[in-house]
Amino acid sequence: MEMRNVAVIFQKQIKDTFKNKEILIQFVLFPLMAFIMEKLIQVEELPQNYFVNMFASMFVGMAPLVSIAAVISEEKEKNTLRVLMMSGVKPSEYLLGVGSYIWIACMVGALAMGMTGNYKGRELVVFLVVMGVGILASMLIGAAIGTLSRNQMMATSLTVPVMMVFAFLPMLAGFNENIKKIAKVAYSEQVGILIGRVGAFHVGFENVFVIVGNMLIAVLVFRYAYRKCGLA
Amino acid sequence: MEYAIEMNHIVQRFGEKEVLRGIDLKVQRGEIFGLLGPSGAGKTTLIKILTGQLCQTDGEAVLLGSDTKHAQKIHQKLGMMMDNFGLYERLSVNDNLKLFAGVYGVSRKKVDEALKKVGLIEDKKCPAMKLSKGMRSRLSLARAVMAEPEVLFLDEPTSGLDPVTASEIHQLIQQEQKRGATVFLTTHNMEEAHKLCNHVALLNDGMIVEYGEPEEVCRRYNHQNKLQIRLYDGKQIELPNNKEAADRIKEYLEEEAVETIHSTEPSLETVFMELTGRSFE
Repeated sequence: MEMRNVAVIFQKQIKDTFKNKEILIQFVLFPLMAFIMEKLIQVEELPQNYFVNMFASMFVGMAPLVSIAAVISEEKEKNTLRVLMMSGVKPSEYLLGVGSYIWIACMVGALAMGMTGNYKGRELVVFLVVMGVGILASMLIGAAIGTLSRNQMMATSLTVPVMMVFAFLPMLAGFNENIKKIAKVAYSEQVGILIGRVGAFHVGFENVFVIVGNMLIAVLVFRYAYRKCGLA
Repeated sequence: MEYAIEMNHIVQRFGEKEVLRGIDLKVQRGEIFGLLGPSGAGKTTLIKILTGQLCQTDGEAVLLGSDTKHAQKIHQKLGMMMDNFGLYERLSVNDNLKLFAGVYGVSRKKVDEALKKVGLIEDKKCPAMKLSKGMRSRLSLARAVMAEPEVLFLDEPTSGLDPVTASEIHQLIQQEQKRGATVFLTTHNMEEAHKLCNHVALLNDGMIVEYGEPEEVCRRYNHQNKLQIRLYDGKQIELPNNKEAADRIKEYLEEEAVETIHSTEPSLETVFMELTGRSFE
């Protein structure tokens, strides 16, 4: 693997994102919503950092998944990915370049949310670690969808239902016990649970089992998609 | 002689459909080679095999001494301009090339040189999405030639372009040949092939039906061997191209009656029609 190619793809993604409102909004929307809601709505009955924690788990389930699927499928549709591969960029270099960019961009959003929630020191580190793992799981699912899709339209039609499930389950689980039971198998719900106890942090077997299990399934789906369709 | 490209009995099937049926082809280093044929003849499939984008069903393809099944080893020596350009629409002309300069490991100076070469230096800050089709072609060609590749693959490089832009692209292709590059171009524009190519192959239904220098191919099918004369009074006269016609032609010339005089050697298109019974379009 040539790190030079990874760096080139990373730089390309930085330049492109600032001109791509659809992707840019994914990185900004939830941190901004969390900030606005947390500052504007002060209800005593609500737990501390209610909006930050809720939007953080939604952010994990939506932004990385949608962004990476959109980037890969657009490159496939516009033939730019093929040109990159024909110029000597390896699929692993491309995925690492795009993936590292999206992960960092999402982590900047996570940091903003952590600061909105007034997390400091150890709490902030735990919050970011949990978010980082959740973002990685989401990216694996998004990469599988992007690879499986021939074009952006197909990617959107696959991304929307998957994203709706992972992004909204944690919120709906808060309102309904039956949904909560089902939601437990989703990594985003487990991320939500872990974020909810950042102050008294402990990781249970169930949390690890579900998150790692989701990531493994995403890797298998990506592997299937890659073998079936290839990257370019 | 070591060839830039060698194809031995290449067969490509997609399911039941046989798209290429035993292609044998050799392209010398430093030549412009034209693969001609109508849409659907298998030209793009052949390019995909040569560039390692597709693995052939049967046969052997060798590019710069390497089996094309391992073409990723020699990607840095190839330049490619495909029919859809693969440009980053939101990035500027300059950023599109800088990205690939980074991948090829060439200096940023080469970006400006390539842009000057294709006449886009004034538009370097313009986003690719705002370029006309001709400008996009030139940008795509600039990207292909920037790293001074040994082999340049051009898939319909002037398709849909106006004659002035097409002529500019022809000049660039000839400059690349002078530099020493081997150019493999596909086209269904016969004039383009005649003007640029050292050798051409006519591809029809996945088979090469004729191969040679453009002039030689045309001469080979010059069955009519006649002279067509148009006189100032509007008369069209056809004479056999032999000594018996010499006196009559002399008479017309002495009378200053000749408006135009042509031999009837066929064009590549008429050769193709004779061989296949179909036209290029």
